[in-house]
Amino acid sequence: MLNKNFYLILIISLVFAISFWIGFNVNLLPAEASINAPIYDELFKILFIIGLIIFIGMTIAVIYSLFKFRKRNDQIGDGIALEGNLSLEIVWTIIPSIIVLLIGLYSYNIYDRMGGMKELNHNHEMMSSNTEKIWAGISQTSDNEIAINNLSIEVSAMQFAFLFNYPKGNFISGELHVPVDQKVSMKMESKDVIHAFWVPEFRIKQDIIPGQPTILNFTPTKVGKYPIICAELCGPYHGGMRASIIVEEESDYNEWFNKNKKSEVNL
Amino acid sequence: MTISIDPQKTNNESLQPKGWLRYFSFSLDHKVIGIQYLVCGFLFYLIGGTLASAIRIELASPMSDFMPRDVYNQVLTLHGTIMIFLWIVPVVNGAFGNYLIPFYVGARDMAFPRLNAVAFWLIPPSGLMLVASYFVEGAAQAGWTAYPPLSITTPQSGQIIWILSVLLLGGSSIFGGINFIATIIKLRRPGLKLMQLPMYCWAMLGTSLLVVLSTPVLAGTLILLSFDIIANTGFFNPVLGGNVVVYQHLFWFYSHPAVYIMVLPAFGLVSEILPVHARKPLFGYTTMVFSIMGIVVLGLVVWAHHMFTSGTPPWMRLFFTIATAFIAVPTGIKFFNWVATLWGGKISINSAMLFSCGFIINFVFGGITGVALAQVPFDIHVHDTYFVVAHFHYIVYGGTVFIIFSSIYHWFPKVTGKMLNEKLGILHFIITFIGFNLCFAPQHWLGLNGMPRRVAEYDPQFQFVNQISSLGALLMAISTIPFLINVFLSVRNGKNAGDNPWNALTPEWLTSSPPPVENWEGEAPLVEEPYGFGKEISEQK
Repeated sequence: MLNKNFYLILIISLVFAISFWIGFNVNLLPAEASINAPIYDELFKILFIIGLIIFIGMTIAVIYSLFKFRKRNDQIGDGIALEGNLSLEIVWTIIPSIIVLLIGLYSYNIYDRMGGMKELNHNHEMMSSNTEKIWAGISQTSDNEIAINNLSIEVSAMQFAFLFNYPKGNFISGELHVPVDQKVSMKMESKDVIHAFWVPEFRIKQDIIPGQPTILNFTPTKVGKYPIICAELCGPYHGGMRASIIVEEESDYNEWFNKNKKSEVNL
Repeated sequence: MTISIDPQKTNNESLQPKGWLRYFSFSLDHKVIGIQYLVCGFLFYLIGGTLASAIRIELASPMSDFMPRDVYNQVLTLHGTIMIFLWIVPVVNGAFGNYLIPFYVGARDMAFPRLNAVAFWLIPPSGLMLVASYFVEGAAQAGWTAYPPLSITTPQSGQIIWILSVLLLGGSSIFGGINFIATIIKLRRPGLKLMQLPMYCWAMLGTSLLVVLSTPVLAGTLILLSFDIIANTGFFNPVLGGNVVVYQHLFWFYSHPAVYIMVLPAFGLVSEILPVHARKPLFGYTTMVFSIMGIVVLGLVVWAHHMFTSGTPPWMRLFFTIATAFIAVPTGIKFFNWVATLWGGKISINSAMLFSCGFIINFVFGGITGVALAQVPFDIHVHDTYFVVAHFHYIVYGGTVFIIFSSIYHWFPKVTGKMLNEKLGILHFIITFIGFNLCFAPQHWLGLNGMPRRVAEYDPQFQFVNQISSLGALLMAISTIPFLINVFLSVRNGKNAGDNPWNALTPEWLTSSPPPVENWEGEAPLVEEPYGFGKEISEQK
């Protein structure tokens, strides 16, 4: 009996060890380029490890049963008449409940750190529609509040393109340029069907909905060019509905901004 | 009003055609209707599978080069609709439910045999109509979710036919659900208690409750959508002041429970198959019953987890995270119970057992990604990507379709009196299992790294992984060949099965195979212990 328990503990610790090793050494995610990304990847790692432990454990249990308890040719009759085991069933109700609850609390914490629970607002000082109802979106963490450098952009999506309006410069661009390490706040609205704004390297996504403006706030942390992908089926050219976000140093961004800026005279 | 003729008497002998012609008639025999559901569903599975192959051919290269882009969207819409409404739902509910439930409750037929036949005969015309809509002006192309405003702005005739067809199929599903509830509650043989029913009855009771509670909501929603399309109303049309997010709430109020409508019957079927081939009682009968009902209740309050990136406020996102994650608890109980059922048994490694064990492994994997997807911050990145595509194929294909095959291997001798060939069956399992995992496991990575779903073209960096996936799809297509050969050969020349080849204890095996029209020659047997393996009742056999 002691021997049996020893093997059981050995196998369980082996499953844990393998799962942790894979969880820490196999990277399934793209580059991290926003302050949301490392927070997301932390959650991913935890879920990945817990998932691996359960999956490997269950798979071993099934395959072991098939080998160990397979019917040999000379065997007749049935297995043991075991109809249940209350304490065992209570254990495997309570332990998953606790795990699920802890994951839930932890993901609440993650979502809060991403700014998801913060009230949605969009301080466009240049826009008159400050009282407009915002339906959904992702806000930004409070410890990252850099009010002066808050870049506001209005996004409009249509079949099959994104347009980025820079109200401060009074111009529209097909490419999204943002300075690195600064908070960007986007108000998004669709002109026709539902689209979605997704930057995999930022780990953020928000639907762009006709008739209901949504907010998406983020802070890029890595200079580079990343794809903006429409993630909601929007028609025949949905697969081709892509744009680029260019994260650049502040000086480069300002140069680009000033080149495109239209003078106020146009008004 | 008094009815002098016993309806079940008119059903047999004189008026109804005999032999294989029965299957093309308006038969009232639940066994005939069950097989009609199964064969009809399988034909649509072949059509849906052909469409899936077309999708994987298109995605073998990053450019949109195999078919026009709008045709691609029609193909993916039809693929989803056919697989859900014409293959999985009718087969796990209609086919096995009709064949098995009357046996399990000790009845000679379903509660409402005519309603039952009507429910089946709604399916072939609506399915054909759906497929034929391709030749009108192009089929629906807004995905099986038909989100407005896209579904309002795409070519109208295809979308309208799609709505009509789904309405008819939903009606069929509701008729079936009412029938199952009535049969299980009211038609039980005297002396048979609810807690003595085989587990599939409980699964079908839970499923039918979900069908009856949620399908009418889908029907109402689709009728409003059709008004928006043909009568220019503005329920969901933002141009006229409609709200597109309301549609999503109503749609998922049905379509999330629909996942359980596809999966709970499979949970019931596997609970019948495992004890027989492991020669052990089903572990934890009572907790199994409670976990089914727990899934039914929770399944109704989790729909908005399909809308985490849509127009949902933060509090709503959190509520649905917690509710969804908790479904893992009753589901987990069932999986632990099945493994405990295997533990200490005398397991026959045959096709039915292998497909059931494949189901456990695939579904555990799909369940784990499901718990991850329930977490709002996790979902925000992978929503509407290939990660989600991979997840739900692990649930509905790796889960339910594996159980459909397992059930066919298990009950084929019951229906035909012949055995299926085991060697071909195991070959079928191996190709399906490898092909399935090769096709869908890599898609998780694609989704995480930036490939959205429902696209005909993609970033060339994903080409290699997509080709692996397409190779897996090819294997899945090939896997149907040994299965079809097996079925055709075995129907004609299969080994005689005898009445009870598996020495099972559930009531459908306590009669001849194939069973007589009224199920038992004499009185229906009272089976108090459907899983009494290892006990006296089993030793007597």
